[in-house]
Amino acid sequence: MDIQQIHGVLLERFGEAAVGAAVHQATDAWVQVAPEALVAVARFLHDDARMLFDHLNDLCGVDYLEPDAKKAAKFGHEPHVEVVYHLSSLKLRQQLKLKVSVSRWKDDVPGQLPVVPSVSSIWGIANWHERETYDLVGILFEGHPNLRRILCPEDWTGHALRKDYEFPLEYHGVRGR
Amino acid sequence: MSLVIEDPRVVEFDVQTDEMLVNMGPQHPSTHGVLRLLLRTDGEIVHECTPHIGYLHRCAEKIGENLSPPQYIPYTDRMDYLAAMNMNLGFSLAVEKLTKTKVPARGVHLRVLIAELGRIASHLVGMGAYGLDLGTFSPFLYAFREREIILDLFEEACGARLTCSYLTVGGATHDLPEEIEIPDGLASLTGRRAGERYPFLDVLEMFLQWLEPRIWEYHTLLTRNAIFIKRTAGLGILTPEMAVSYGCTGPVLRGSGVEFDLRRDGESIYTDMYKGYEYAIPTAPFADAPREVVVGDNWCRFYVRMMEVVQSISLVRQAIKNYVATPGPVRENFKLGAKLPKDEVYLETECPRGQMGFYLVGNGDGNPLRLRAKSSCFCNLSVTDRICEGVPLADVPAIVGSLDIVMGEIDR
Repeated sequence: MDIQQIHGVLLERFGEAAVGAAVHQATDAWVQVAPEALVAVARFLHDDARMLFDHLNDLCGVDYLEPDAKKAAKFGHEPHVEVVYHLSSLKLRQQLKLKVSVSRWKDDVPGQLPVVPSVSSIWGIANWHERETYDLVGILFEGHPNLRRILCPEDWTGHALRKDYEFPLEYHGVRGR
Repeated sequence: MSLVIEDPRVVEFDVQTDEMLVNMGPQHPSTHGVLRLLLRTDGEIVHECTPHIGYLHRCAEKIGENLSPPQYIPYTDRMDYLAAMNMNLGFSLAVEKLTKTKVPARGVHLRVLIAELGRIASHLVGMGAYGLDLGTFSPFLYAFREREIILDLFEEACGARLTCSYLTVGGATHDLPEEIEIPDGLASLTGRRAGERYPFLDVLEMFLQWLEPRIWEYHTLLTRNAIFIKRTAGLGILTPEMAVSYGCTGPVLRGSGVEFDLRRDGESIYTDMYKGYEYAIPTAPFADAPREVVVGDNWCRFYVRMMEVVQSISLVRQAIKNYVATPGPVRENFKLGAKLPKDEVYLETECPRGQMGFYLVGNGDGNPLRLRAKSSCFCNLSVTDRICEGVPLADVPAIVGSLDIVMGEIDR
């Protein structure tokens, strides 16, 4: 099935509130999914006989923000963070990209990390990828069994792949910058 | 009244033992770099094995956001430093997919040649290091002797042995040299005088001719060795369902009996490179395996790598033929400051250790908005706590070693 057919099936089953428009002008088209519907959609994609997306290639977060005020006008994106899921089916040899976007801070309160439901119960590897995304991009995954930092030390502050991240001045007596 | 003398030979059966936490690493020689395994053991038996990673984290993704793609190529070398050429290739292809750059035909064949040589070098280290994990030293020396010659050839081609940066966006930085001095190792092995000059491709063919029969010697040294089989067969069994769910790829996935190789099943930009090439995809179960072997165990993962070396030798030979038959440039010029389109691509390639993926988001600027490197070893390692449950402590290095991990790629 190509992306349009998959999008059609998802739209029919979950409705427009859950499944947004598929974006086709990009080289890799994707389907936008609402955060609330993510687990149900993922479960369906994993189990349905037409989909069988048994392999989660990659899960990562992207921070859309231009910290430079001069360039911000030309940036072309509203500030938000996205979680991107690259799925593939080893049996049916098809691929799909899902995106979930949330605001950069929960309820727009700086410092409050946004929340996205966890898919670690569906794909085992999502466990580690979600930990990495939490560590580097600063997104909380609701329902994750063990959401700890994975690459940085546990007492690190900040999330490095946020565009407005500032490297700490010092860490345990070691000068940072 | 009789005196009861306690029999000192009576064995106490209800011994209460406490669980113990054992730290293995990050400076443990058999953990392939700075990997720390936290083991919860009861006597000899491991109940839980938690990998702790991140000791080699070098912020590769953040650096990528501040550099243009050609400048980022050297950083990909340092991800999987045992297969730098394959990393270069994966990243270059992702950028080419984003910018729709077309590589000249000669460059494509050169890439296949170099990438498969890189695969051989990487699998040789995998084999040697796995022998070390199991306590045998000689295969390591043999493997490094062979790998040394490949590194010498890489040095002649691009000037560097490990951090090659040879395959770049648009092709390769330059063509292969015409004539080179024969590497000292190869000269002494093939009975030639050191310092003699031969055409590059002739030296390569000399090396392949020398290497090919050696693979079968390694089978007698390791693969069919009774002790090796005892340490690997039936241990660390990874079921195909678990392998797919945990995103395992490459030899680990194929060792579990799932026939999937991106060179055949990947995206067209990658599979087109291998169009016209003939190769098999070694996948468990193997008809010639010893009878103790179970699909998905350490032995299968190891054997997949060994068989891939044979396939890669054949692929290099085919690539030499195609490369010689295709004149022309090897590189399509890619300007250093070229703006990346407002688009995003994800591309995975079959690296020696599995599927390495690069996700690039362009935003009309010279630097990408986001550069994500999905590591294959990261996924392969995530399965350790599942397959190390209930095994004796001494088998943990055997299982982790069979996954053939490189920390540089896991931590990025």
